[in-house]
Amino acid sequence: MIDLLVGPFRDNSFLAQALVAGVLVAVACAVVGTFVVLRGLAFIGDALAHGVLPGIAGALLLGWPGMVGAVVGAVAMIFGVQAVTKRSRLSSDTAIGLLFVGMLALGVVLVSRSRSFTGDLVGILFGDVLGITTADVWVQLVATVVVCAVTVVCARPFLLLSFDPEMADVAGFRASRYHNVMLVLIAVTVVVSFQTVGTLLVFGMLLAPAGTGALLARRVGSMIAWSAVIGVVSVYVGLLVSYHADIAGGAAIVLVAVAAFFVVLVAQSVRDRRPGRRVPAEARS
Amino acid sequence: MNGAPTGPDAPVLQASRLAVGYRDHAVVAGIDLDVTAGEQVALVGTNGSGKSTVLKTLVGLLEPVGGSLEVLGGRPGSTPTRVAYLGQFHATGFVLPLQVRDVVRMGRFADHGLLGRMGRADREAVDEALARMGIEDLAHRPLRDLSGGQQQRTFLAQVLARRAELLVLDEPTAGIDAAGRERYLTAVADERARGATVIVATHDIAEAALGSQVLLLAGRLVAVGQPTEVLTPDHLLETFGIALRRVGADLVSLEQPHAHDHDHDHGFGRDQADLGHSQDLGSMEFGAIELGGGPEAATPAPPGHLPRLPPPDDPDHDATSGPTSDRRD
Repeated sequence: MIDLLVGPFRDNSFLAQALVAGVLVAVACAVVGTFVVLRGLAFIGDALAHGVLPGIAGALLLGWPGMVGAVVGAVAMIFGVQAVTKRSRLSSDTAIGLLFVGMLALGVVLVSRSRSFTGDLVGILFGDVLGITTADVWVQLVATVVVCAVTVVCARPFLLLSFDPEMADVAGFRASRYHNVMLVLIAVTVVVSFQTVGTLLVFGMLLAPAGTGALLARRVGSMIAWSAVIGVVSVYVGLLVSYHADIAGGAAIVLVAVAAFFVVLVAQSVRDRRPGRRVPAEARS
Repeated sequence: MNGAPTGPDAPVLQASRLAVGYRDHAVVAGIDLDVTAGEQVALVGTNGSGKSTVLKTLVGLLEPVGGSLEVLGGRPGSTPTRVAYLGQFHATGFVLPLQVRDVVRMGRFADHGLLGRMGRADREAVDEALARMGIEDLAHRPLRDLSGGQQQRTFLAQVLARRAELLVLDEPTAGIDAAGRERYLTAVADERARGATVIVATHDIAEAALGSQVLLLAGRLVAVGQPTEVLTPDHLLETFGIALRRVGADLVSLEQPHAHDHDHDHGFGRDQADLGHSQDLGSMEFGAIELGGGPEAATPAPPGHLPRLPPPDDPDHDATSGPTSDRRD
């Protein structure tokens, strides 16, 4: 049994490396994803996850590291959304949607110039968790530490922003400034995670564990903790299933995380329907 | 209290020809106002009349579009540790996992910045605020499990925990019950007694009458001054587009004869002044809004009597004995 659960990681260094990188992705995504869920930033998270595609594709065409292109793509996305929202009467979700599809299409156009079109596109969208290098792990570690440190420093304004941005402003924490800090954290997480789980699936890691945490937690701190635990367990189980069933690692990780959300959701629904179960006040009114 | 102490006559707010609005479009203009420490100023008006816009300008969320404005000796928003603000909209849905105590504790953040350590004084301020709003027993309940009224009490406790010099409150009694309203009124009186200034937007004319100044707004400034000068029949008619008169012990809207549901909105709805909370009409200085012409019309309501509107066939409803108007904002 132990061999079944631990053996693959003990006997295959590439899998152990993938586990370490995946755990770091899970922790970064738990911290950032908590505020993505609390503030309803899922759409811009999705847009950022896909907005980096043309940057990565362009960098690959030029022979540059994909991460450099991802940074350029993320920065373009953030400034683009803000510029369109500010200079038009359109709501931010329209601006995000426009840039989202525009960047995605541009990314596909750029990738289609590549001779290995399908391989590159699949690699970018779904990552290559089993092809992680030691350098990738170090970059992921630094990014995770930075994300956690910035979140600790900005915990109060982030909490106020989630509660009421106007209150954050009046309390002396400029809401727009900390909103931008939050966007940068999302971008950093997406950029450094695309190698592990891909740009498509990093969005799943941002949302699924944090969404499950929101179902289980009664305080923001415990929501982050639940999200991290669920994320890490998802990485471990996903990689294990991937190894034994010979399926894609990144997708397996995200599938486990999403499955955990629905298991908790169904369990809570069943529990709440049991006779004598207290109904929240707002549900009564 | 935070920051420099304010004396009884210290200017807290000075506005001269102030215009407020959005992107150079003035919603309300020509506001002249001087407020000193310990005063309570009420903003009364219909929805969309500019009350919230004025309050947001006072706390620095909006730039004035004209005139001058000084708050606590500086530009609005320049003294965050000395101002507490209660807006109308918060994230209270099912997602935000916060306990009541966490929400009230957030009121102490401004004093400590990003990393300042919160200590015993903060815990005491939070405990005291919870007790003043009567929600100590809810301290560890998730906010999302509370009723709307309990949530509003929580938000008020958060404002009280600030221990600010200037409290700016946007419809603070929205959704709370009579007991909660009494606690709120007591808390406001206590805040004023310690020298804090309270500026409140309200639909509750009885509460407005308790203040030292009233601004009547209707997309423009209708009147400003002491309650007895401002809450007059003509001004209320101009503001709300409804005529009021007293029939026996009741305040009656002559514009809403179809209103049947006395228990819920007294026929005024959200766009009219809320007279339904006026439990102490008899003891208030209500002379300015004792409408109607006959001697019986000036009879004050007994304490605790809730004003109500008559049904359409109410024999006491004399539509000819008071002013009427078609004007509405």
